[in-house]
Amino acid sequence: MSLTLFFVLLGLTVASFWVGRQHAVSLRNGGARLHSLPSYHGTYVALVCGLPAALLLLAWISAEGWMIRQFVIAGLPDEFKQLPDGELALLMTDVRNMAYGAVPLDTSRPHIVSAVEHYNRLRGLSKVLSWLVILAVAIAGFVLARRMIAPEFRARNAVERILNVVLIISSSLAVLTTIGIVLSLVFEALRFFARVPVTEFLFGLTWSPQTAIRAEQVGASGAFGAVPLIVGTLVISVIAMLVAVPVGLMAAVYMSEFMPGRIRAVVKPILEILAGIPTVVYGFFAALTVAPLVQSIGMSLGLNVASQSALAAGVVMGIMIIPFVSSLSDDVINAVPQSLREGSYGLGATQAETIRLVLLPAALPGIVASVILAFSRALGETMIVVMAAGLAANLTINPLESVTTVTVHIAMLLVGDQEFDSAKTLSAFALGLLLFVVTLGLNIIAQRVVKKYREQYE
Amino acid sequence: METPFSSAQPGTAPPPAVPLPNEPPSIVARNVNVWYGDKHAIKNVSIDIYRRQVTAFIGPSGCGKSTFLRVLNRMNDIIEGCRVTGKITLDGDDIYDPRLDVVQLRARVGMVFQKPNPFPKSIYDNVAYGPRIHGLTRSKKELDEIVEKSLRRAALWDEVKDRLDEPGTALSGGQQQRLCIARAIAVSPDVILMDEPCSALDPIATAKIEELMDELRQDYTIIIVTHSMQQAARVSQRTAFFHLGDLVEVGSTEQIFTRPQDRRTQDYITGRFG
Repeated sequence: MSLTLFFVLLGLTVASFWVGRQHAVSLRNGGARLHSLPSYHGTYVALVCGLPAALLLLAWISAEGWMIRQFVIAGLPDEFKQLPDGELALLMTDVRNMAYGAVPLDTSRPHIVSAVEHYNRLRGLSKVLSWLVILAVAIAGFVLARRMIAPEFRARNAVERILNVVLIISSSLAVLTTIGIVLSLVFEALRFFARVPVTEFLFGLTWSPQTAIRAEQVGASGAFGAVPLIVGTLVISVIAMLVAVPVGLMAAVYMSEFMPGRIRAVVKPILEILAGIPTVVYGFFAALTVAPLVQSIGMSLGLNVASQSALAAGVVMGIMIIPFVSSLSDDVINAVPQSLREGSYGLGATQAETIRLVLLPAALPGIVASVILAFSRALGETMIVVMAAGLAANLTINPLESVTTVTVHIAMLLVGDQEFDSAKTLSAFALGLLLFVVTLGLNIIAQRVVKKYREQYE
Repeated sequence: METPFSSAQPGTAPPPAVPLPNEPPSIVARNVNVWYGDKHAIKNVSIDIYRRQVTAFIGPSGCGKSTFLRVLNRMNDIIEGCRVTGKITLDGDDIYDPRLDVVQLRARVGMVFQKPNPFPKSIYDNVAYGPRIHGLTRSKKELDEIVEKSLRRAALWDEVKDRLDEPGTALSGGQQQRLCIARAIAVSPDVILMDEPCSALDPIATAKIEELMDELRQDYTIIIVTHSMQQAARVSQRTAFFHLGDLVEVGSTEQIFTRPQDRRTQDYITGRFG
C-alpha cells in the first residue's frame, strides 16, 4: 500500500517539475526576464511538492507499526495489559501474524480475535489517513511553490539551499551511523565488563566462554582471557604480512619501473581482482590445498604440524592482501615525480640505485600507509582463519599449531540462538570493541603517515 | 634504443665565423638524427663544443634544443621509442658505443634540469649522492670535503653550512637549483648540461645562477638551453640556433647576436617569431 502511494508521489513530483518548468518557460516567452533558468523553477516546485511528502511517508511507515501496537494494547482486556513484557510481545506477535493472515485466526481465544479485528481496523484507518495527509502535503507544497514562480523569483538560490540541506543530511547520516555502532559496542561491552573484570579480559590466559546454565553442569568454567585470541590474531597477521609485504613491494617495483606500460595496464587490474575474490574462496584454497601441503612438508621435515595451522591461514591471507600492498605501493612509486628519476639517472645512478636510494625513500610514507592498511585488513579477516587455522584458542606462537583469532570468536559467539544477557554473548562485543580500537589506532597512524607524505615534494 | 652507425658519414662542422680556441673541441657531434617514434626531432646536426666556454642553445619551443642536450648524456635512453643515429664523441670516446657504460658517461656529463629537483633527503645527502654511488670517497672525512667543496663551488655553502641535515626540498627555488648544481659538480664531471636552469626562478636567483655559470666555466664545459635571448647573450661565449630540428647557425655569441648569417636567426633574435 505504501508502495502505491510512493509511486503516486513520484508521479506527482515529476508532473510538478514539468508544470513549474512550463510555467517559467511561458513567462519567458511572454517577454519576462527570468532570474533563474526554467529548469530551476521546475526543480523548485518538484522539491517543495515531493520532499516533505516523501519524508512524511518515511516517518509514517516507521511509526505506523509502533502506533498501531500501542493502540491495540490499550484496547486489550485489563488482565492481558498486566502481562510481563516477554509474554505481551509474544501475544502481540500472534495478533500481528493473524492480522496479516500469515497464521490462521485462532478463534478459541476471544481476546485475540477482538484484538485482530482492532488491529485490522487501525491498519485500514492508517492507510486512508496516510493517503489523505501525504497527498494533501504534496498538493499544498505544489500549489505554494507554483504560486512563487515569477520572473524575479530566485529559484536557483532556493534549490541550492534545499540541496545544501539534503547534502548535510546525507553526510551526517554516515557519521551518525558510525557513532551509533561505536556506542552500541561500548555499551554492550560495558555490560560485559560488569560481569567480567577488564583486567581478566585483557590479561587472562584462557579463553573458554561457556558459562553454566545449570549449577551442576561440568566443564562450564567460563574463562574470558582474550590473550590467546589476541596472540593468535597477531601470529596469523604477522605471517600474512611476512608474505604480503616483500612480494607486494617487489611486484610494485617491477610494475612501476620495469614493466612496459601496455602490459602494466593489463596486469595491474588482474592483480587487483585478487582483492575482489570472496575470502571464502581463499578459505577453500587454504583448507584444502595449503594446509595439507604445509602439513606434509612439515612431516617430511620431521616436524609435528597440526592439520589446521596458523602458517597455512597466514600464508593464504598474505596472498589475499598482496594486491593491497602492491597496487597502492605501485601508485605511490609512480607518483614520485619523473624529475627525481631523471635527477638520479643524470648523476650516473643505475636503475637499481635509483629505486633503492631515491624512489623507495621518497615513496616510503605511502608504502607504510599501504602496509598498515593491509595489516588492518588482515586483523579483520575471519573466513580464512575459520577454515584453515581452526577454532581452538591455544596460547602459542608456534605457527605450526592451530590457533584462532578475535574475529573468528566473535562470529562463533553470535552464531545460532543466543540470549543477550549471558557473559558469553556479551563477550563478543568486548572483542569487537578491542578489535575496533586496534584498527582505529592503525588507521590513525596510516592517516598521519599519508598526511606527511602529501607534504613531501612541496 | 638502437644506434646504427652505418649511415654516419664524416660530416663537416659549419665554418666558424670567428676564431675558435686553440684546443680541440670537447664534444664533437656529426650528422646526429633523433626520432621519437615517427617524429624526426633532430635533423642531421653537426656541432663542436669547446672546453671552458658556455655554449647556449637557443630557438623557439619544440625546435629540438632540449632533445639535443639530452642526447649528449644519453638521457633519451629512458624514453620509450627514441632512436638516435650519427656520431657523438666526448674527448674522443664515442658516447653511443655499445661498449661504453652509460653510468660512466653520465658521471662525466652532469645535468641540471629545468625545475629544481632535489631528492627528498637532507642537503648533505643530496650532494653526497653522486660520490656515494660512484664510490668516489674512502672516508667520511673525504666525503665531507667533497660536499663542502661542491657547495662552495655552487655558491651555496654560506647559506646552508649550519643546516646540512635539513631536507633539500625546504630550500627556496634558487637555492634548490644551486643545490642541484652542487650535486652535479660533486661527481666532478667534465661537462655540465643545463636545461633551462632559470626558467622556474625569479630574477635575483637567476642572476646568481648566471654568475655561477660564468665562474664554473673556468673548469667545466657548460651547455645551456635557454628561452631567454638576453640570458644567452649574457652568459655564453658561443651560441647555436635551432629551428624545427635543424641546427641553423652556430658561432660566437657576439656574431650570432650582431651579424647573424641566416635569415631565420635574424628573425628570431629580433623577435619576429618564437
